[in-house]
Amino acid sequence: MKKLFFVVFFLLVSPSLYCSSLVAKTFHPPVDSLMVSTADHAKFDELKKDFKSGPEVTEACLRCHTEAAKQIHRTKHWTWEVPMKDGKMLGKQHVVNNFCISVEGNEARCTSCHIGYGWKDQKFDFASERNVDCLVCHDGTGTYKKYPSGAGHPAYVDTVFGKTPYPKVDLAYVAQNVANPNRHNCGICHFEGGGADAVKHGDLDNSLIEPAPHVDVHMAVGEDGLNMTCIDCHQTKGHQVPGSRYEPTARDVHGFDYPMPDDYPTTCSSCHGLKPHKQYSKLNDHVDKLACQTCHIPVMAKERPTKMWWDWSKAGKLNSKGGEITRKDSSGLPLYMSKKGEFEWAKEVVPEYRWFNGEMNYVTFMTEINDSGVVAINHPDGEPGDTLSRIWPFKVHRGKQPYDRELKRFVKPKLFGPKGSGAYWKDFDWDKSIAEGMDYAGMQYSGKYDFVETEMYWPISHMVSPKDEALSCVECHSRNGRLQNLSGFYLPGRDTDRYLELFGLLVIVGSLAGVVVHGILRFASNKKRMQDGDA
Amino acid sequence: MKKVYLYARFQRFWHWMQALIIFSLLVSGLEVHGLFTLMGYENAFHVHNFFAWGLVTFIVLAFFWYITTGDFRQYLTEGNLIEKIMMQVRYYLIGIFMNEPHPFKKNEISRLNPLQRITYLMLTLVGLPLQIIFGFLYYYYNELVALGMNPDWIEPIALIHTLLAYMLVSFVIMHVYMTTTGHTVTSNIKAMITGWEEVEE
Repeated sequence: MKKLFFVVFFLLVSPSLYCSSLVAKTFHPPVDSLMVSTADHAKFDELKKDFKSGPEVTEACLRCHTEAAKQIHRTKHWTWEVPMKDGKMLGKQHVVNNFCISVEGNEARCTSCHIGYGWKDQKFDFASERNVDCLVCHDGTGTYKKYPSGAGHPAYVDTVFGKTPYPKVDLAYVAQNVANPNRHNCGICHFEGGGADAVKHGDLDNSLIEPAPHVDVHMAVGEDGLNMTCIDCHQTKGHQVPGSRYEPTARDVHGFDYPMPDDYPTTCSSCHGLKPHKQYSKLNDHVDKLACQTCHIPVMAKERPTKMWWDWSKAGKLNSKGGEITRKDSSGLPLYMSKKGEFEWAKEVVPEYRWFNGEMNYVTFMTEINDSGVVAINHPDGEPGDTLSRIWPFKVHRGKQPYDRELKRFVKPKLFGPKGSGAYWKDFDWDKSIAEGMDYAGMQYSGKYDFVETEMYWPISHMVSPKDEALSCVECHSRNGRLQNLSGFYLPGRDTDRYLELFGLLVIVGSLAGVVVHGILRFASNKKRMQDGDA
Repeated sequence: MKKVYLYARFQRFWHWMQALIIFSLLVSGLEVHGLFTLMGYENAFHVHNFFAWGLVTFIVLAFFWYITTGDFRQYLTEGNLIEKIMMQVRYYLIGIFMNEPHPFKKNEISRLNPLQRITYLMLTLVGLPLQIIFGFLYYYYNELVALGMNPDWIEPIALIHTLLAYMLVSFVIMHVYMTTTGHTVTSNIKAMITGWEEVEE
């Protein structure tokens, strides 16, 4: 009977084991240029010119796209400013981080990732329309690159930075071949945040240019790939790119964005809905407390190591001739650089998990820090009981960085600049570099610095694995599982009550002992009786 | 010594199904609880839920059988139940070592001694239903919270479910041992397989 039950049961469920409801299909059907646009920019006379600089190209763009620069001026890609609900002003321009610490004082180097031209110091005109860089996002040729220390300008003549050649950019060619942003356009800054490939985010690196499904099931290229690009999720309107790390949506309660969209098109639920699991409905019971990312991104930095530790306090060691030292591991990753200090890298990193309601608490350069322990530069808000909070995966980047030991605030060292300017990367003098940086920023510095250990949380959302690689139940539902360090809620398989376990042990061992003793006594008395009987 | 037919076919079938189901539930449940790894958490979870429905089905089936056949009368007692239970308890604690006869004779009309009656009645009417109720509260936790249940109740629900499971393990141990206390060591088990039991004259 029970066997029959099993047979019937498996006959009923087996079809759902073999055929998935979602068949991978190339997301972008093959198209020719006519399917893409009503305009061929190569035919525009305005663009058939010998452009001398980026701003000249922008002026040409703006003659038709009259409002484009005004739209850009409203984006955080331009302002590098994000006003937070608690009144703090964040964004790249203001935030403290534990990579290169601060933009201010180092503009010319940092702003090679600004979508503008010429932000080399505080005098940059944020109202300028011609200084908007259209091409960095809309280059469809792959030939447009900003020069690393060019304050946002590309190379107008053949140049070399370090050992990397930056050939003269053919501005007219790029201008005539503009396109919607592809993964190269976004990746040039977002895959190389922190100064090089894979350094910063952990879930964003150049492996996403041509990933296998294992690396990113959505962006995977090739025959089985969905071939989605950045802007398929980060659906942009009026140049506003949704999906900011400063104000993330920790729990989308709206679900499907079609036919009724919400303001958060980048969430998983926008496409997958609020009950995404078809085969086992119990999995849907997790959606209110677990971010999809938690199970579906089992590890980050799948192909390329990401930076996990950056110790600025070790910087400044020079060799006997006063030259800079660079120490690399066998794969060529730097472990020590005189300019920057000590690094640690890791690949296929298991994220750290925290309750997160979408509010990220940031320390600013004005916050008084508690230097007696590790300082969290930002930390996710949230707790088990609150309805918006879910368990999210994070990359936690740790390190040591300079702070004002009297005023208990973080400091902005001047890193980049010519020799003698106080720039640390040329003069290797923290005192001068901090004094210079703080003076430039118009901020107070006591003159006494030290190094403090810090940690910074980066929510993980990319590099989603194919569903058969998602975490299995036992990764969390077990003692010493992935969620061992999260408390304040009952997790089956992990939690119990020690008195209950003790009681269970006593009851079970007690009854076992009872029956054994009883049995022995019965056996003994029986034997005695038999002997007595025999005698 | 004589043989009496004590257990009807359905009763034997039901008993052994119940045994299989409860054993599977205990093993899979304790694995889900994290005490050991046998079939893997996910399989244990599915097995547990499958047999949970099995248990409910068989309890309903048994209730139907007991009521329609009138066999539930086996569980009714005349006279002072406490006194009779104490007699049976005294037998297991003292009499059994003295080779005393069982205080209550088994026959077709009355196959259960007073201690069995009260134990099986409590198990079937209180223990298992309670365990099933807490199991279902546990499984349908999300739906119940949506209906207004306090989300913090998951912990007491889970702990009570575990507590009852431990008590059930203890019951199984004693129950299996008790089967050896019949006329011969195996006469009770044989009876539950064939229906026929050897009893004292």
